[in-house]
Amino acid sequence: MIWTRKDLLGLEYLTQEEIELILDTAESFKEVSTREIKKVPALRGKTAVNLFYEPSTRTRVSFEVAAKRLSADVINIATETSSVRKGETLIDTGKNIQALKADIIIMRHNYSGAANMLARALDISVVNAGDGWHEHPTQALLDIFTLKEKLGKIKGLNVAIVGDIAHSRVARSNIWGLTKLGANVTLCAPEVLIPVGIELTGVKISSNIDEVLKKADAVNVLRMQFERDEGAAFPEQLDYFKKFGITEERLAKAKKDIVVMHPGPINRGVEMSSEVADGANSVILEQVTNGIAVRMAVLFLVATAKESKTGFPLSRE
Amino acid sequence: MILLIKNGRVIDPANKIDAVMDILIEDNKISKVAKNIQVKAETIIDAENKIVAPGIIDMHVHLREPGREDKETVASGTAAAAKGGVTTVLAMPNTQPAMDCPKSVELLQKIIDKDAKVNVLVCGAITKGRLDQELTDILALKKSGVYALSDDGASVDNDDLMLEALKKAKQARVLVICHCEDKKLSGKGVINSGFNSTRLGLRGISNESEYKRVKRDIELAEKAGTCVHIAHVSCHESVEIIAKAKKKGIKVTCETAPHYFALSEDDIVDYDTNMKINPPLRTKEDIAAIKAGLKDGTIDAIASDHAPHTENEKDIEFDRAEFGKIGLESGLAISIMELIDKKILSWPELIEKLAVNPARILGIDSGVLSIGAAADIIIVDADKKFVLDKKSIVSKSKNSPFIGRTLKGTVEYTIFNGKVVYKK
Repeated sequence: MIWTRKDLLGLEYLTQEEIELILDTAESFKEVSTREIKKVPALRGKTAVNLFYEPSTRTRVSFEVAAKRLSADVINIATETSSVRKGETLIDTGKNIQALKADIIIMRHNYSGAANMLARALDISVVNAGDGWHEHPTQALLDIFTLKEKLGKIKGLNVAIVGDIAHSRVARSNIWGLTKLGANVTLCAPEVLIPVGIELTGVKISSNIDEVLKKADAVNVLRMQFERDEGAAFPEQLDYFKKFGITEERLAKAKKDIVVMHPGPINRGVEMSSEVADGANSVILEQVTNGIAVRMAVLFLVATAKESKTGFPLSRE
Repeated sequence: MILLIKNGRVIDPANKIDAVMDILIEDNKISKVAKNIQVKAETIIDAENKIVAPGIIDMHVHLREPGREDKETVASGTAAAAKGGVTTVLAMPNTQPAMDCPKSVELLQKIIDKDAKVNVLVCGAITKGRLDQELTDILALKKSGVYALSDDGASVDNDDLMLEALKKAKQARVLVICHCEDKKLSGKGVINSGFNSTRLGLRGISNESEYKRVKRDIELAEKAGTCVHIAHVSCHESVEIIAKAKKKGIKVTCETAPHYFALSEDDIVDYDTNMKINPPLRTKEDIAAIKAGLKDGTIDAIASDHAPHTENEKDIEFDRAEFGKIGLESGLAISIMELIDKKILSWPELIEKLAVNPARILGIDSGVLSIGAAADIIIVDADKKFVLDKKSIVSKSKNSPFIGRTLKGTVEYTIFNGKVVYKK
C-alpha cells in the first residue's frame, strides 16, 4: 500500500488500509522520540506552517515537535497578529503561504470544512488539526494508536465514547476511524449532546453509563465544549458529573483493565474525577506521547505522497 | 413588425391547446394561433420539434438593484431571465434601500424602465426596512405599483403585526408572500438538520422552523379573510399543511424552487457553498413530497428564488458564506429533467406551474397565448443537452450548484412583448 493523498482532512475519507498505514508508520516513528538525539532527516528541507485560528497549545506543540523530529522547519502563524485580522480570506492566506514555498499547512480552524476548502484551493499539503465540529483526525489516530498499543487490536473491541458528542470533532473522527477498523462503538451522553442521525455511522447510543462501562474495553471521555455553542442546552455540570462522570466507583464495576482515554484538556470533576484521570487505567499522558509519533507519520506521508492529485477526499480523482 | 412561429408544439394550458400550430405576432401581440398560417412575415421562426409556450413568470427573483449592483443588476438579471425563458420576474424587496416606500419603488421603476429586458414587477416590503418592527404604508405602496408584499429573506415574527399586514393588504388588494422561517428555531443553522449536518459538523435547520411558520401564516390569513402565498416550500410537512388548508377552502397558494425537487442534503458532499440555501436542501423524502405536491396541485408554482452572490461571498468558510443560489438560467432545464422526464408532470401541467398559475396568483394577464395577448413566448428544445459552465452564465453572479452538470432542455428563443430578446 502506498500513500497517495496530499492532505489529511478527516478519517471519513480514508480507507481501513490507509488508516492502518498511518498507524504502522507511526509505530516505526515512535522509537525516534526515545533516542538520545531525537531527530531523523525524513523531512529535511521541508517547511511546515502551523496556522492556528483557534487557541491551542497541546495540538500545536505536538505538531511542532513532530515536524522538528522529522527535521522539517516549522513556522507558527498566530492569527491574532497576522493579516487575518485585517480581513484576509482563508484562501488568500493559504495561497500566500504556498507562495513562500512551504510544503505543509497544519491548520486548526473554528469553522467546519475550513481544511477541506483550503486543501481544494492549494497544491501543497493541508493537515487538519481540527475544524469546527467536523474532524480532528490526528487526535483520533493517536487515540486508536494508543488503544491498539494497550490492547493489541482494534477489531472487535467495545469502545465507549462518553460526553459532548454533538460539539466534538474528536468524537466524529474517532467514530469513523474505529468503525472502519471494526470496533463496536457506543456513544454515551445526555440526549441533547447526541447529534441527529449519528446512528447511521453504525454506532450504538446509550444514556446509561454504568451499563456501557460494564461491556467496554475502553472508554474515551470527551470534554464539555461549552465554548463551542453559545446558547445551546448544556446539562448542568454537577448533574452531568453525577449521571455521566467517570469515577472510581463506576470503574470498579467495569472491566478490570479498561483503558481510560481523554483528549485533553480535562475538566476535572466535570467529565472525570481526578482519581480516575491520574489512576492506573488512565493512558492520558501516553496519548500525548503517542501523538508525536502519529503526527510524524501523518506529516511524513502527506509530504512524500506519491501522487499528490489524489489527495482530495471522496474520490474526486 | 410581423413575426411568425411555424410548426411548433404549441402548449397553452389556459386555452387548453396542445397541438402543432403556427403563431402569428403582429404589433407585439398574438394575432393568430392556427395550423398552417400563410402570411408574409418579416421574421419566420421554424419551431418544428420544439415546444412553443407562454414565457415563464418567475415570482421569486432577487435582482439586487438598487444597492448590490456587484451581485446583479436589473440589466444583468433580466438578461439572465431572457436566456432562461423568463419573460416576467417579481423582484424581491430586500434591496438597499428596501422597497418599503413609494420613493424607493419609483427609484427602482426608473431603473426598470431604462434597463429591463423583460417584464419586471416590483414586490414591496411588509415592514419598514424589513426590520419586523413597523408596517410599511401598504396602500401607498400599492398605489406606487407593487404587485405583492413580502419581507423575503426574513419572516414577520410578530403575530399581531403579521395579522395587521394581512388585513391592510386585503384592503389594498395586494398579495402577501411569506418567507416562512422561525429564526428562534433555525438559529445559526446552515444546512438541513440530519445526518449530513452531523457528518459535516454544521449546525442544522429543522423542518419545524419552516412548517410551523407556514401553519401560522395560513391561520393568520384565514383570520384576516384574505389570501396568502407561501414562498419556497422545501419540506414535506409544509406540503401537508398547505394541502389541508386548501381542502378547507383557505385561500393559500404556494411555490417551490427547482433545487427543492432536484437536490437533497446528500448533494452537499464537500462544503459546496453554492448548496447553502435557505430554506436548506432537505431529504429525499421531502423531494418526494414536493414532487407529489406539484402533481396533485398542492404546489401551484415553480419559482427560481434566484439569489445572486459574488464569489467573495461564497468562496469562504461554509458558515460565513451567504445563503442562496442563482436559478434563472437553469430552472426550466431542471424542471424538464426532474418533472417531465420522470413523468411527474405533463408539459401542459409544467407550463401551468411556470406561467399560468404565477400569472393567476399575481393577478396579471400574462401566461397565455390568447389572441390579443402580449406576445411573451418561449421556444424550447426539450431534448437538447448542454453543460452548464461558468462562462456561459449571463447573470453577474455565478453561484449555481449545477455548474459542470449536463442539463437537458434549452431555450432557443425568448420573445418578450413581440420582440426576440434572446436567441440561442
